[in-house]
Amino acid sequence: MFSATRIAAALALSCAAIGAQAHSVWMKPSSTVLSKADWVTVDAAVSNDMFFFNHRPLGLDKLVITAPDGSTVEPKNAHKGELRSVFDLKPEQAGTYQLAIVNSGVMGSYKDAAGQMKRLRGSAEEIAKQIPADAKDVRVAESISRIETFVTMGKPSPLRLSGKGLELVPVTHPNDLVVGEEATFAFHVDGKPAADVEVVLVPDGKRYRDAVNEIKLKTDAQGHIKVKFPTAGMYWLDADVNDDKTSNPIAKERRLAYVATLEVLP
Amino acid sequence: MTSTVSRFTVALTAVAGLPAVAGGLNVGVELPRLEVAEYHRPYVAVWLERADGSVAANLSVWYEVKKRDAEGAKWLKDMRQWWRRSGRELSVPIDGVTQPTKPAGKHALSFSEGSNPLPKLEPGQYKLQIEAAREVGGRELVSIPFDWPAKQATSLTAQGKTELGEIKLELKP
Repeated sequence: MFSATRIAAALALSCAAIGAQAHSVWMKPSSTVLSKADWVTVDAAVSNDMFFFNHRPLGLDKLVITAPDGSTVEPKNAHKGELRSVFDLKPEQAGTYQLAIVNSGVMGSYKDAAGQMKRLRGSAEEIAKQIPADAKDVRVAESISRIETFVTMGKPSPLRLSGKGLELVPVTHPNDLVVGEEATFAFHVDGKPAADVEVVLVPDGKRYRDAVNEIKLKTDAQGHIKVKFPTAGMYWLDADVNDDKTSNPIAKERRLAYVATLEVLP
Repeated sequence: MTSTVSRFTVALTAVAGLPAVAGGLNVGVELPRLEVAEYHRPYVAVWLERADGSVAANLSVWYEVKKRDAEGAKWLKDMRQWWRRSGRELSVPIDGVTQPTKPAGKHALSFSEGSNPLPKLEPGQYKLQIEAAREVGGRELVSIPFDWPAKQATSLTAQGKTELGEIKLELKP
């Protein structure tokens, strides 16, 4: 039930060992569509279900809020509680504000001469120094994870793409989603369309229903998915890609994760 | 949008010999009296859509025009369909379109083709769209499809269920 990507995203955040318990990460804005400059408050958490605070808060130190003109806006009233983090934002410019937490790093493990599993921590350079000559089963992976959500004041404006890791490229704007109309999203890896990426959408409110009601999709040759949302509400989107395009020779594999919270209106 | 539209033709009352006047639309909007603990006048948008969903004319938008710091604009987005179709492209207030909110009851609007806010319409299929959204209340959209130009004076009605009452559209050729 939990995708590999959830694990990767949780790992990148917690620096826990490979195989740590799967949790979902998310940011959830109080509103995504505004007709006037107004306050929006955002919850950020790591949890089992969308969107319930049942595990721990999501760190906000890597949070970057990009305004429609490309400038960076500082979050207001950032607070880290026991079960969630919170921050506020007042979009003053017309267009789309992009809220993103991007984590990148390396993680790994090896077995020492006695066969004991050891964890590798730190930067790629530090990890390289930590591995003894007689190490066995050395596993080092790079990871880039992106957790996003979007808030639009007035007319939606284009998103800014980094060209690094796994990203959602809007064909349908993420703040222009309604029930009954088909939406199209593209997924890119390092700025290029990514085919055969598995994308999962989970509607809000799992606590009040028996089934997860996941929507599972796979990108086509152009990296596109098409989705007709069955109900209005918040949706958690998750996609993951594993490849070997590492930037450091010490790492043999690369784990890319993308998570977004989307609001679908009736 | 499940509202039924009833159509009947009104006998032509034009007196022979008078010069032809520009065609137009009369729109009747009924805001029902609601028995609720907290009542706010609804925000209402009246517009014309072409067959492809694009907006042919914004006829009337009722919102809290006079609130301090344009605070009333905060809820324009709650008229969701209108906001998505054109509201978010516009900047309020709009001359001849935006008006203060109105009390429960029947309201009559009249528009002449070629005169603000109703431009000359290309012949084709249109929809009169009326959307109401009420703070602490619900939202409703009522549509009346029609062909333009009208061959003869035609009166169409549709019935809202919650936030809107009787909607009337009179087409004047």
